Amino acid sequence: MSCSRRDFLKKGLVGGAIAATLPLSNFKFLTPAEAKAAVGDPAVRWGFLVNTYKCVGCGFCVKACKKENKVPYDLPITRTWVERYVVTKDDKTHVDSPNGARDGFTSPKIEGETINPDDIRKGFFVPKLCNQCENPACVQVCPVGASFQTQDGVVLVDRKWCIGCGYCIMACPYGVRFFHPVYKVADKCTFCYHRITKGMKTACVDACAFGARQIGDLKNPDDPVTKAILTERVAVLKDEYGTKPQVFYIGLDENVR
Amino acid sequence: MRNHVLRPLFAAIVLVILILTARQIMVPSDFGVHGDSFTYNFYRAGAVKDWKNFPVSYKGRQYCAECHEDNAESIAKSKHAIIQCENCHGPAMDHPDNPEALTINRSRDLCLRCHMALPYPSSHREDIPSMNPDEDDLEKTCVECHNPHNPNLEDME
Repeated sequence: MSCSRRDFLKKGLVGGAIAATLPLSNFKFLTPAEAKAAVGDPAVRWGFLVNTYKCVGCGFCVKACKKENKVPYDLPITRTWVERYVVTKDDKTHVDSPNGARDGFTSPKIEGETINPDDIRKGFFVPKLCNQCENPACVQVCPVGASFQTQDGVVLVDRKWCIGCGYCIMACPYGVRFFHPVYKVADKCTFCYHRITKGMKTACVDACAFGARQIGDLKNPDDPVTKAILTERVAVLKDEYGTKPQVFYIGLDENVR
Repeated sequence: MRNHVLRPLFAAIVLVILILTARQIMVPSDFGVHGDSFTYNFYRAGAVKDWKNFPVSYKGRQYCAECHEDNAESIAKSKHAIIQCENCHGPAMDHPDNPEALTINRSRDLCLRCHMALPYPSSHREDIPSMNPDEDDLEKTCVECHNPHNPNLEDME
């Protein structure tokens, strides 16, 4: 291919004119931090710590959650609940959660059965809530993009976008999602997103008198929750599903499912 | 080309254009990938704002103490200091504007949430002073003798 001096100057002029119309900022070199920020590097990752030793099964967390988040109070749906486990000496495990423990555990009867205190090997309470998984199965299955993970790691449902198909309710291995009868959409624990983004604690954490529930920022190494997760013996629910739950339990028993 | 080939082709093109136009109008402009994962971060950005704007009902004990100093002080000295005001008094919401007065739950069932005797070794429940309404005196409710803000009967005399 030949190129005369005249052609070269002509093309150079045209090329230069086009280049001049582009702003100089398009050619800026980004530092690694800037590049990370451009694709969204959240400074916060919300995580939760449940200390089952401290839980007494009062159920104030469930009551506070339902009232705070306007979950219909008298329907059998709840974003968080407390389970009671009683293991007897014949190696049977009795589990119940009447009304999700909205009114606490005020009877020694488990599903109508009275257990002799002398037969009890161990008895304890386990609060449950959304695990805000790193790999949320519920989000993967959403066909319309109504379930999603925010930059700070909370899984939310877009109430204006959800079509109420219920795939996510079936996909969650922990059964934390339910169908909201008022909004006709899938509903779940939001880690009280309206509270934590204002610097408050979640309603359940505030309501817990015994410090069994704690919420913190897992990206902050000085956060007491992060410190506890890093230094104490913690476990997550159903690790084998690979969902990477971000709710950690101290004193998790093998009977807890 | 023949007409019978071109006509359905045009119809198909028009249909595609219609669908794309409808999609452009119906999908919010802030819908897209907000993060590094298409699988998990594909959403309408406004939804995050919607959740942030959800009203706060439980205001916490500092909010109560702004006006009810005496009550906040009295409970702070008792063993019940760990219990939030709103657990028994109900969520403050926009009190004192709305609701003007909060209803206090004075029922025995409320006390039993923590104080019902349950024989569970390895549970913190065993460490709490407890009672059993099936065996104990049922003629009075708990709060007739015990002041919830200072439940120790010896202190009250």
